[in-house]
Amino acid sequence: MMISDGIEDEEKWLAEGIAGIQHNAFYLHRALDSNNLREVLKYSAQLLSELRTSKLSPHKYYELYMRVFDELRRLEMFFKDEDRHGCPVVDLYELVQHAGNILPRLYLLCTVGSVYIKSKEAPAKDVLKDLVEMCHAVQHPIRGLFLRSYLTQISRDKLPDIASDYEGEGDTFMDAVEFVLQNFAEMNKLWVRMQHQGPMREKEKLDKERNELRDLVGKNLHVLSQIEGVDLEIYRDIILPRVLEQVVNCKDELAQYYLMDCIIQVFPDEYHLQTLETLLGACPQLQSAVDIKTVLSGLMERLSNYAASSPEVLPEFLQVEAFTKLSNAIGKVIEAQVDMPVVGAISLYVSLLTFTLHVHPDRLDYVDQVLGACVRKLSGKAKLEDSRVTKQVVALLSAPLEKYDDVVTALTLSNYPRVMDHLDAATNKIMAMVIIQSIMRNSTSVSTSDKVEVLFELIKGLIKDMDGTSTDDLDEEDFKEEQNSVARLMHMVYNDDPEEMLTIINTVWKHIMAGGPKRLPFTVPPLVFSALKLVRKLLGQDGDVAGEEAPANPKKIFQLLNQIIEALSIVPSPELALRLYLQCAEAANDCDLEPVAYEFFTQAFVLYEEEVADSRAQVTAIHLIIGTLQRMNVFGVENRDTLTHKATGCGAYHASLIPMGLNRRSTLRLMRVGEGKLIRVLLCLKRSLRIANAAQQMVNVTRGSSGPVTLFVEILNKYLYFFEKGSPQITTAAIQGLVELIKTEMQSDSTTSNPSSDAFFASTLRYIQFQKQKGGAMGEKYDPIKL
Amino acid sequence: MVLVLALGDLHIPHRAADLPPKFKSMLVPGKIQHVICTGNLCVKEVHDYLKTVCPDLHIALGEYDEETRYPETKTLTIGQFKLGVGHGHQVIPWGDLDSLAMLQRQLDVDILVTGHTHQFTAYKHEAGVVINPGSATGSYSSINYDVNPSFVLMDIDGLRVVVYVYELIDGEVKVDKIDFKKTTASST
Repeated sequence: MMISDGIEDEEKWLAEGIAGIQHNAFYLHRALDSNNLREVLKYSAQLLSELRTSKLSPHKYYELYMRVFDELRRLEMFFKDEDRHGCPVVDLYELVQHAGNILPRLYLLCTVGSVYIKSKEAPAKDVLKDLVEMCHAVQHPIRGLFLRSYLTQISRDKLPDIASDYEGEGDTFMDAVEFVLQNFAEMNKLWVRMQHQGPMREKEKLDKERNELRDLVGKNLHVLSQIEGVDLEIYRDIILPRVLEQVVNCKDELAQYYLMDCIIQVFPDEYHLQTLETLLGACPQLQSAVDIKTVLSGLMERLSNYAASSPEVLPEFLQVEAFTKLSNAIGKVIEAQVDMPVVGAISLYVSLLTFTLHVHPDRLDYVDQVLGACVRKLSGKAKLEDSRVTKQVVALLSAPLEKYDDVVTALTLSNYPRVMDHLDAATNKIMAMVIIQSIMRNSTSVSTSDKVEVLFELIKGLIKDMDGTSTDDLDEEDFKEEQNSVARLMHMVYNDDPEEMLTIINTVWKHIMAGGPKRLPFTVPPLVFSALKLVRKLLGQDGDVAGEEAPANPKKIFQLLNQIIEALSIVPSPELALRLYLQCAEAANDCDLEPVAYEFFTQAFVLYEEEVADSRAQVTAIHLIIGTLQRMNVFGVENRDTLTHKATGCGAYHASLIPMGLNRRSTLRLMRVGEGKLIRVLLCLKRSLRIANAAQQMVNVTRGSSGPVTLFVEILNKYLYFFEKGSPQITTAAIQGLVELIKTEMQSDSTTSNPSSDAFFASTLRYIQFQKQKGGAMGEKYDPIKL
Repeated sequence: MVLVLALGDLHIPHRAADLPPKFKSMLVPGKIQHVICTGNLCVKEVHDYLKTVCPDLHIALGEYDEETRYPETKTLTIGQFKLGVGHGHQVIPWGDLDSLAMLQRQLDVDILVTGHTHQFTAYKHEAGVVINPGSATGSYSSINYDVNPSFVLMDIDGLRVVVYVYELIDGEVKVDKIDFKKTTASST
């Protein structure tokens, strides 16, 4: 009730004030038109009396003031034109001082003063000095502020300055500076005094009102910054110390915050750079409630932009030791403001880090220092739980990654991992992913084992279970993404020097081996292929494989590979391990290491026989074993025979277990292995036919099927293959016989037609036909076959 | 004119981190009508990426693929051509053209696309073409020592197909092509 009454009242008073102004303005205009000086003075004084009110809030007072201001402009024009009123300005200056009340008197005086200065009948500095001192008589905060603001406004273009009209003997820009500084000081005092005007419970309202007036005070600083004669020295020696004195001594947090920020925004960055110590020195002296970190952040941001836009000033930054000063100032502030929450301190460091990255990107020691300060701030606390702090810490850690395309640089910062350690497990992993993504995006290669060590330490949250977490907690998709990222990362870790590369591989293995059964299937393959690439590289070097004395030699690498693949048994991942063993066998073959290759094959067979359970998987496994075996040239007769026999045995072992079609094909594949051994080939073929026949009989009993037909066509194709290769055991008669057999089967009643085997047979016949038509040796070969 | 992309053996992330950037910038979505993949992607992310290049995606199962439900072989008809795809580790000796021709007869296709050897080949014979697009990432192979990243783009127009191979050699993309014309339209 009270408040709404208050607002209503204010509106009423404002309306009354405006009415009063309009009323007097009417008569004032009439007096101006008739050049009646006496009447002009009378009505203007009356008009100005409306500003004597103390009932209005600053916002409303401003409305009144603006109307008055318009009238004063008219008044000034009148005063200037002596012809109109016949009174010399000197006398006018005297005359207006007879106005009854002080406030109207002073407004009139300022207005005449403006004319007086323009007339140059007196030195500007004298008039200005007079005015600024006389305004002292108004001590009411709002009235005084607006009055002095009026003084600022009318004096702006009349300040004695270098090359201004008002410069003269004894009238220099220093006088202008002195005038503005004085006005500023008085305005600040009035402004601060406003806080005592109302009861404590209305503090919020008061602060709001005060904020509405702050630009009146700040304007003076603007004016100072625009005085041409002011250079760095004047700023440093006179202006800044005086202004800071006011700021510190007023002990008012609202004023201090605003004015510090104003100084920083209004004066040039190069001044700030050169007066850094003084400016920063004021900070710890400010009231503890002042949000100094925002001010400091603002300063650092300005300086960062300054450095970014004018690279030629960078040496200056070093010369004034900007970083050290800022760093110390921040330290002092944090120390002084014991109640500052952690998030505040960290955000200050983020600003400092941003500054450092902009201004001194090459000074990694500075960057590390900032991180170190954070570590100290965070130490003694448990893992971070406050999300705002976490956010700041992540910003802190991400900034160097964004700045330096080469993430490896971040890896050399000794405090980087220490900061990361303070993050909670989930955020730690996110940060690790950010690091990996940064490396991938910039295609950075991490090329020494030391850096690899640091890198894998940094991402340890992804590589193994950290305390208190387990992989069960994770979303499967997220987990896969993480692990695939780690896998991709391993391809960025590389060095041309084989010895160093082997050290790198060992380092990576050391880290990932503790990953556990869920992670190994993702991380082992890329490491294995890295190692195999190294073997290939060693091979490539002038054909001779490195001897066993060399620190990096294939044999050593194969031992390591064995160890690595062996680890998959805890998952267990027999199919993957089998594939990797076969890859190693091939590589060992290329290195001429027969026993090593043999051993890998043995391992593969063990897995096949004991671990691979799924029948489809077994077929694929057999294909891979046979395909690899076929390419081996390192084995002596005995070893080769043993292995081939084993392979055939694998096929036969499952004769009763695997669906028949699959089995037959496996057996057929085996023939490739024994290409040199014709008897073996024939045996296989005959065995296939026998099994196929048996299958046919079984199937005829149960139901009609063309399963065997497809197999026969396959066998026919195999026959043709070996026939063309010149195997004497495969005769044209045998081929002819099989062709007839197939035709018979296809026409038989008990056989359901199968379009795909029909097509297969048709294309096979087409092939035979084509070979016959080829002429030459091939045509002759095929000639006896009749279709 | 129908564009068919054939690629495979990317082995991401086991043997390679990603496709070469120069290839990625060439594979613009919306330009290609079909994608045939010989397998060994190996993870879902690669599948999803290929889907964005073209939604009509046909993949054969490689021995390292995470998704084990891809088929061992697949056939499809595009215009006048019958195409077949398989990974190729099942055809022994690996890379042997006569054996591959046998598979081609079995699937009864004009164009057979297989991989596994990481070696680009395009072999024309009277019954059709046998193509191996190589490894799109140029990844390690026990079979082929000197692997350059490569893929194939087929332009099918009526009875004619032009097979373009793109290979990344020493940082530059080189293109080559072979032509193949069918003698008769394919019967249903």
